[in-house]
Amino acid sequence: MSVVPAQAMPGMPKAGVPAEEAGGAAPRPADGVPAPLVAPAPLAASARLLPALAAVYRAQLSRARVARIPLLFVATFQSVGIMVLMRGVVDEGGGAARSVVAGSSVLVVAFVALNLLAQYFGQLRASGGLDHYATLPVPPAAVVLGAAAAYASFTVPGTAVTAVVGSALFQLPMGHLWVLAAVVPLSGAALAGLGAALGLLAPRQELATLCGQLGMSAALLLGVLPADRMPEVVSYARDLLPSTYGVEALARSFDGQPDWLAVCADLGVCAGVAVVSLAAATWAYRRAAVR
Amino acid sequence: MCTVRGLVKTYPAARGRRGAPATPEVRASDGIDLDVVRGEVFGLLGPNGAGKSTLVRQLTGLLRPDAGQVRVLGHDLVRHPERASRLLGYLGQDSTALDELTVALAAETTARLRGLDARAARAERDAVIGELGLAGIAGRPLKKLSGGQRRLACVAAALVGERPLLVLDEPTTGMDPVARRAVWAAVDRRRAERGVTVLLVTHNVIEAETVLDRVAVLDRGRVIACDTPAGLKAMVADEVRVELVWRAEAPLHIPGVAALRDAAHASGRRWTLRLAPDAARAAIATVTGGPAFAALDDFTLATPSLEDVYVALGGLTDGAEGLVKT
Repeated sequence: MSVVPAQAMPGMPKAGVPAEEAGGAAPRPADGVPAPLVAPAPLAASARLLPALAAVYRAQLSRARVARIPLLFVATFQSVGIMVLMRGVVDEGGGAARSVVAGSSVLVVAFVALNLLAQYFGQLRASGGLDHYATLPVPPAAVVLGAAAAYASFTVPGTAVTAVVGSALFQLPMGHLWVLAAVVPLSGAALAGLGAALGLLAPRQELATLCGQLGMSAALLLGVLPADRMPEVVSYARDLLPSTYGVEALARSFDGQPDWLAVCADLGVCAGVAVVSLAAATWAYRRAAVR
Repeated sequence: MCTVRGLVKTYPAARGRRGAPATPEVRASDGIDLDVVRGEVFGLLGPNGAGKSTLVRQLTGLLRPDAGQVRVLGHDLVRHPERASRLLGYLGQDSTALDELTVALAAETTARLRGLDARAARAERDAVIGELGLAGIAGRPLKKLSGGQRRLACVAAALVGERPLLVLDEPTTGMDPVARRAVWAAVDRRRAERGVTVLLVTHNVIEAETVLDRVAVLDRGRVIACDTPAGLKAMVADEVRVELVWRAEAPLHIPGVAALRDAAHASGRRWTLRLAPDAARAAIATVTGGPAFAALDDFTLATPSLEDVYVALGGLTDGAEGLVKT
């Protein structure tokens, strides 16, 4: 970069301002003297956040057609299987039954949004696949949010199926299951943000997979087992896990007269965690993309 | 167009872990200077590990150099790496990001992410699919395609959305001749119609000779030569290459053949010799006349190729035997 004062260089557009930052205007040659700097070429337009997010979301969503079994079915089978197992030890209709059904439903979200997304980003980072996005003029948030939104969407059918099957299995009222419409996106966003951040921050792909698996196992153990039988230390760990609040919100909705304030408070925690974890994931993406 | 000055990038030494030996510090770019002119197809040629991809990753803003300057179309990409994506189209070596998308959606999504609106992205998608002959597989996911087809789909994604500079890292790996020709035709069209500049990484010397305007030969992070393919070949114009293939063992009991043995690089039954024209003529006379001919399976006499240039240049630094070190 030239640091010659503008007085000495009549072709410079403005004193102290490098030509490339002066809006791409060509330095005018004065008195037939050639301009000292070549005019920088105009930059192509960047993709804007929302269209880019929509494009990433659509592309990610289409992956479900190719990877249908891992993305859509495995988690559902796992959760339904757990409920069938628990049916043998838990009575119908009680508080424990609510925990099992709510925990198993949210477990689908943890499996896909946390575990599989952590693995996906870990793999993308390890193989150099992030270069594709990093060399496109796309806001980092669009890539992270688009992928997170797609993975949260993959959980919708599995969560709904698990909740309905579980309610039938344990004789729970299904009247308030519409709460899932808030539980899935909010806990999905929180867990997908966490999964994306883990996948992008893990120094090696294996560690990303391990983190995702551990997160999912934690959601399984701390979410499905009834909280009142846990030792105190474990119940603190349960409070720290974002999926817990999705489980609580869903479990409360099985009451005849649900405490909607408490449901909203639980969902508020999910939303807060979602904002923080998605911001962290965006930061992690930016860090991983340029080394 | 694209200027590189004094580019240095060193990968730090890695400590040994269980199962993984320690690796020493690697200077992948060691003071590289380059000037690429608008509208030319400029090649980077060199063996594996010569620093080609490292150089390309610094030019595309993916890797921050330790020192040096990269200017593309008047923009300082070391200071503003984020501008690279708005100036150039990049084809990397990996396709993971696109693997589970269909060919059509991969091209369309990439166009959208290059800032095109939905209609323009669809138009570009259709154009590039027609141009590269991908119509028959447009609806299939990249993962299900053969290596060459997948690569071609990635090229399609790299070409959508107009960019004045295309940086292609081994674009034709694994492609059949038809696909390869489609790629070069597409590149040529962009150059003729819009003055697009192409920076190409390649292993393939034959391809390099036919498509490149100029070549920089890289070895251990340094540019050891930079010229037109013809100019580079002129460096070794006083030599011709003689290849001899024996039926079985070379007949070393024949004095003329035994004399050639010292100058030859032997690989199984195949001998490669680089000789002055007179000496080559004499060598051919020796092996095609008399008893040696009975032991000879095949022979060729060829003017130097870029590979010979590479061997000649590489010989100066570390005695590399060919473009692809194994």
